[in-house]
Amino acid sequence: MKEQKTPLLRRSWVQSLLASLLCILIGLLIGYIVLLIINPAGANEAIITILKNFMTYSRREAQIKYLGNTLVKTAPLLMCSLSVLFAYKVGLFNIGAAGQYVIGAGACLYCALGLHMPWYVCLLASLILGMALGILSGMLYAYCNVNVVISCIMFNWISLYAVNMLLSLVKESTSPYTLTLSSNSPGSLLPTLGLDNLFGGNSYVTIAIPLSVLIAIVIWVLLEKTKLGYELKATGCNKSAAQYCGMKEKKNLILTMAIAGGLAGLGAGLYYLTGFEQWSCTQSTVPDMGFNGIAAAFLGGLSPLGSILSSLFIQHISSGGAYVDKTMYCSQISDLISSLIIYLCGFVLFFKFAMNSWQNKREEKKAEKLAAETAAAGKGDDET
Amino acid sequence: MILLLQYTLIFASVLMLVALGGCFSEHSGVINIGLEGVMVMGALGGALVMKALPSGTSAIVIILLVVLAAIVLGAIYSLLLAVAAIHFQADQTLVGTAMNLLGTAAATVFVKAMNTAEDVNNVSSTIQYVEPKKAFLVYIGSFEFNWFMLLALIALLISYFVLYKTRFGLRLQACGEHPQAAASVGISVYKMRYAGVLISGVLGGLGGIVYITAGVSEWKFENGVAGFGFLALAVMIFGQWKPHRIALSALLFGLFRALANVYTGFSFLAALNLPSNLYNMLPYIICLIVLAFTSKNSRAPKAEGIPYDKSQR
Amino acid sequence: MEQPYAIEMLHITKRFPGIIANDDITLQLKKGEIHALLGENGAGKSTLMSVLFGMYQPEEGIIKKDGQQVDIKDPNHANALGIGMVHQHFKLVECFSVLDNIILGVEPTTRGGVLQKAQAREKVVALSDKYGLKVDPDALIEDITVGMQQRTEIMKMLYRENEILIFDEPTAVLTPQEIDELMEIMRNLAAEGKSILFISHKLNEIMSVADRCTVLRKGKCIGTVNIADTSREELSRMMVGRDVEFVVQKEEAKPGDVILDVSDLTVASKAHSNNAVKDVSFQVRAGEIVCIAGIDGNGQTELIYGLTGLEPAKSGTVRLKGTDITHAPIRQRSTMGMSHIPEDRHKHGLVLDYSLEDNLVLQRYFEPQFVSKAGFLKRGAIREYALRLIEEYDVRSGQGPITTARSMSGGNQQKAIIAREIDKEPDLLVAVQPTRGLDVGAIEFIHKQIVATRDAGKGVLLVSLELDEVMSLSDRILVMYEGEIVGELDPKKTTVEELGLYMAGARREEKRA
Repeated sequence: MKEQKTPLLRRSWVQSLLASLLCILIGLLIGYIVLLIINPAGANEAIITILKNFMTYSRREAQIKYLGNTLVKTAPLLMCSLSVLFAYKVGLFNIGAAGQYVIGAGACLYCALGLHMPWYVCLLASLILGMALGILSGMLYAYCNVNVVISCIMFNWISLYAVNMLLSLVKESTSPYTLTLSSNSPGSLLPTLGLDNLFGGNSYVTIAIPLSVLIAIVIWVLLEKTKLGYELKATGCNKSAAQYCGMKEKKNLILTMAIAGGLAGLGAGLYYLTGFEQWSCTQSTVPDMGFNGIAAAFLGGLSPLGSILSSLFIQHISSGGAYVDKTMYCSQISDLISSLIIYLCGFVLFFKFAMNSWQNKREEKKAEKLAAETAAAGKGDDET
Repeated sequence: MILLLQYTLIFASVLMLVALGGCFSEHSGVINIGLEGVMVMGALGGALVMKALPSGTSAIVIILLVVLAAIVLGAIYSLLLAVAAIHFQADQTLVGTAMNLLGTAAATVFVKAMNTAEDVNNVSSTIQYVEPKKAFLVYIGSFEFNWFMLLALIALLISYFVLYKTRFGLRLQACGEHPQAAASVGISVYKMRYAGVLISGVLGGLGGIVYITAGVSEWKFENGVAGFGFLALAVMIFGQWKPHRIALSALLFGLFRALANVYTGFSFLAALNLPSNLYNMLPYIICLIVLAFTSKNSRAPKAEGIPYDKSQR
Repeated sequence: MEQPYAIEMLHITKRFPGIIANDDITLQLKKGEIHALLGENGAGKSTLMSVLFGMYQPEEGIIKKDGQQVDIKDPNHANALGIGMVHQHFKLVECFSVLDNIILGVEPTTRGGVLQKAQAREKVVALSDKYGLKVDPDALIEDITVGMQQRTEIMKMLYRENEILIFDEPTAVLTPQEIDELMEIMRNLAAEGKSILFISHKLNEIMSVADRCTVLRKGKCIGTVNIADTSREELSRMMVGRDVEFVVQKEEAKPGDVILDVSDLTVASKAHSNNAVKDVSFQVRAGEIVCIAGIDGNGQTELIYGLTGLEPAKSGTVRLKGTDITHAPIRQRSTMGMSHIPEDRHKHGLVLDYSLEDNLVLQRYFEPQFVSKAGFLKRGAIREYALRLIEEYDVRSGQGPITTARSMSGGNQQKAIIAREIDKEPDLLVAVQPTRGLDVGAIEFIHKQIVATRDAGKGVLLVSLELDEVMSLSDRILVMYEGEIVGELDPKKTTVEELGLYMAGARREEKRA
């Protein structure tokens, strides 16, 4: 077996990166075309604005401050994408990250506003409730054979209505929004550890951001380097084989959903406990955060480290949408672009396949040029 | 009471139409999670026609054009799923999710752009259709009969007939159960799957316009269709992928939705003082419980969700 | 002039990247004959049939139908030309009725596309009577036997009035009686003027039913012979290119202590409400190969599931080296010294998306040599171990230990499983159809490994459907029929015929007390 250096284009991470860049490029292009159709006059400026996001501010302090805002929203997105990709590695499509995120939000906000718990208890509550929801989906799958996608969809809506009900107990009397953390339970706000000063006094910048990055790294190590990761991925690839070699496949499936659910739930905690946003108790749709997590997971090539970059990018353009000229366009244009990018992620397999066959053709031509001997014998057409 | 019946029937019509759409798609082998997005697009098509038609257009013309627009837009939008899932073997859950997000985002962008173009100060994503909506309604006493209810019934009968009594139905189901078998007797799996997804687009789009005209006279597109696409999926699963059972479960789920809207009108329900969120939750909870007991021997099409690859035998 | 040939495939060449699957192959099928196509796995039979069926286009060569050159573009076109095929894996929709499956694709309808099943049903009943197929048009496929499913497939071809019928390894899934019935049906069909291509690697069947036989080896056509003028030995030489060892070289067994002791084991069936394994008792000793023989579906799979823990035992006990393991978890059975070469290597044996090295440690990754106390995998140790196994068991793959299991050939996948299970140095090796679907070279290798395991003083429990394998490899034969052990035979004192009678349930020993 001679050790060959794999050509750059053959390496899986290079292919993932190229495929993701292609998705982004096509997504932006279509978004640009839509802008052109709506109003050709401002299209150039608008697309640049979206891409510039906080850099539209000319003052450095303002830039830093609004970079902080983007990062604040990146942390939960990263957590949701970790949740999705972790489950996906184990063969489950956790479309329920959205619901686990919702229940996590409900848990931490109620603990904060209703029970006035310190931040770490609130955070723990969001983690545990997210986990519980994940475990429910996992158990329904393991013991009752209910498809995870289906049960997750149901749980998304159940948790939305449940959280609406729960948080109605701690909402402002005149608006559908929950009470503000800073005035009602300042002890529940995540500590900033001085990070706020780095971002021009943006008090929403908390330990949530470094924490989420740290968790991404932990997840990567867990999946790639440990016995648990080996077992979980084996269970995901082939449930029967996992059972055959004595892994507890039901336990593993449930554990996976528990971790995935916990990640999404914790993501909500890391966001709502910054006080950046209040929960609206009359919302009739599940927040997009969990679904965008799917986007970030796939755009990041289903790697925890890739997710860090892809989450940042998606949040970057989402926030950028807020700066477009409102007399011509609306901020949802960036939702449009990011959902297009998710859609295009469905084609990633095809992109990789195309790259491989392009590479094959090139190599074939090279081989022909060298007039090398025909490929080695040995591999027959397998008829089994 | 009449109000409850009326709401139940109209919501059941929506759920039935969309669930039947999902049923066709799944019987062909493609899971359509994107029904929510398809509904939004159908709703947009119908709403735009209602807005564009000059006042005084006859009711029958309004109905025909609105239905046509909803169907066409729903079908075109469902092509996104068809192309990705059938030709490029994309992950159907991923694409479906993207379509849901894209549907709402695209409709919002479009409506806002349109509104802003008409009036610079109007940045809402709302379309109004107070007048044309009346074309769909016939009053029978105090009962507000909606032509869409009849349409849903017709769709049900046709669906049943097509699935079980025609060549097309037999072939469609073969593609969802065992595409290789279908291909071996000369059936084009790709074509049948396109047909399945397109029909789901047609019915989903139709369901979309029925939904936004069900209770209100204007629609804010930022809200999408508030999970009705997902509820329809639940109806379809609850109905075991069979049209007649889908009809029954649509009625059941429609009843819960209706209760959430009008429960205050019943003194004993109002006395319980349960929040409407609870009624909204119930269909999902019941569906989950039933699934928990019945999924061991599910009748889902065997090959659904699995991309068909010509070269694999 | 009347054309003698129904189909002629002349000088067909089909290449795939890196391999010539068919190299100048000529096959001529006479009208009304049964023509066997013989070859090992990988000899190019399937490719040739795919070419005939229009699934592949050949690079060279032509196909003639009734003397006219035809260019078969796709399976539909093949059907239109009257070519039909019974695939190895049936192409039947499980939840449809027999009738629906038969008419699928050629449904009689009104102009508007509404099904008209009545006339189709009449035709099916008539055909069924004519050829003695005995199919029930209203039964659901999922409820009928495999033999009946195959007859449904045959009926599909007859309903379409196909003249050229291809049978792709039709007997693999049948009981001896069903095989006899199939042979009879094939003779009837030929007598009615149908031309039959019969793909097989079972010499006995070819000798008994075929008129002529074309032999392929490694993509080349070795020749076509009249069955009347040839012998089993000659055919086998043509097929493999050398004399086959029909008998595995092995010493006399020296049975030692009891390793596995099964008493009154009952295992429930997954598919039905009855028990798949009923009160089965037997022992396996160190240093012997005990073979469970029987037709597929007589409880062997469930018996093994019960022994290895994949399914719970309903009653009875299983003892390994004296310890009761009836309800022990799978992992415990494995660490106590039970190895299991599973029946389905893709379902149970391998994680196809894992690398070869990760698959090789599938039963041992949790041992301290491969994982640190903190739960981190020792990648270096795993690589080293994998390299040793690859070397010792000659597992071939594109990129060595980092090759994805999915991209390996079936034979090498199986070798990897064998390496993993035998290298564990088990006290009991449970091997279920370890050579299924493999070519002769790989089979020989695996047989040698199994004998070597026995000679090292281990107990071996072998489940096999191949009579040749049963007879040549085992020291003791237990025959299973309908969930019970109906006989214990000594391979040296019994004949294939007698074994067959037991397997078919025609004979049974009195139940041992």
